Amino acid sequence: MHGYRYIDGTATLRVDRQRCVGCGNCTLVCPHRIFALSDQGLEVRDPDLCMECGACAKNCPVQAIAVSPGVGCAVAILSAWANRIVGRKIFSDCC
Amino acid sequence: MPRIATTASGHDIWGTIGARIGLIRSRYRVAPGLYAVGTPGLDSAVLVTANYKLSFDALRFQLSGINAWLLVIDTRGINVWCAAGKGTFSTEEVILSVNRYQVAQVVNHRELVVPQLAATGVAAQEVKRQCGFRVLFGPIRAADLPAYLAHGKQCDEAMRTVTFFLPERAVLIPVELFLLAKPLLVILVLAFLLSGISPTVFSLTLALNRGLMLMAATALGIAGGAVLMPLMLPWLPFRQFWLKGLLPGLVAAACSVLLFAPRIVLTEKIAMGLWVVTISSYLAMNFTGSTPFTSPSGVEYEMRRGIPMQIGVTCLAVFLWAASPFW
Repeated sequence: MHGYRYIDGTATLRVDRQRCVGCGNCTLVCPHRIFALSDQGLEVRDPDLCMECGACAKNCPVQAIAVSPGVGCAVAILSAWANRIVGRKIFSDCC
Repeated sequence: MPRIATTASGHDIWGTIGARIGLIRSRYRVAPGLYAVGTPGLDSAVLVTANYKLSFDALRFQLSGINAWLLVIDTRGINVWCAAGKGTFSTEEVILSVNRYQVAQVVNHRELVVPQLAATGVAAQEVKRQCGFRVLFGPIRAADLPAYLAHGKQCDEAMRTVTFFLPERAVLIPVELFLLAKPLLVILVLAFLLSGISPTVFSLTLALNRGLMLMAATALGIAGGAVLMPLMLPWLPFRQFWLKGLLPGLVAAACSVLLFAPRIVLTEKIAMGLWVVTISSYLAMNFTGSTPFTSPSGVEYEMRRGIPMQIGVTCLAVFLWAASPFW
């Protein structure tokens, strides 16, 4: 995405190529265009570009894609940590 | 059936400004429902969107000369991508809205054009299975909708790729600043209390003089982390955002230390510099939530490294600042 890269090796994206039926939904919905479908099956071109939005897994009809989805937002994560410490939901995030 | 305008009124423009600076962001909503754009008929496209008014406006202002149905679903006033990520722009909500607003009564076809970024919350196969409508994921940006509709609902790669250009980053800055108002008030009180600690227990003169300097330095740190950093994002070194905040922070620290150099001693200069860099680093880290490319795993990874560092440096700065009147 025009020179933007985040931290390598952290994304939880996993693809089960045996299970893939080649419907192409993931290639359609990925906002970072990391999937490619060819004669060899599904290919993840650049896993480090994954932002774990979860759109691919959500729209995979055969659960061939696994990703731990969420929003990459420090405020949201901080609120979740704080809420876990106090044991109830007192902090909310910004959106 | 409400028919909606495709041009902005003065009211819309003021609303957009109010939402962008954060004043009315949390209650800037439109009523969920089915709306008409132009004079839609039985074959017109059904475009689905969120009930955040900025999303609704972004969509309708691109539709002049187009006849379409607009299905606004209840995302609790949250934009498309955030709502999809947090579960309010969901498969269930789409199905519920299709049924509640009787979309099948106004069109012959069984297709919904859903923004691509809603795919995080909407499973196309489930919508099809449960209400008979096929989900077509449309372009990311509403601006590409006319081209998408004109070309038989086909997107090119550019329409499906998120971007984060300078104007897209700049427009986010006012809200970031607005959200700081409350924490800033707390810092203001603490800064005056901290600055007044002196060999005479508490000096009001010191509190005012040094407290004001600390607030000015804090403002510069905010300018570094919440203004300079978003603007310069792609050109700043490092991948982790708390590290990306260091360079703008150093610039802000240099400015504040130079500004007050004649009035503060060496330890105060060090304390001020450390504090300003930390603020910038922290705010830079917070900006992860505004970008379209940071993953939650990555953000957690960098927070586990950045936050202990920020806390440690803040403690050091507080100690040096508070101790300075004593030597």
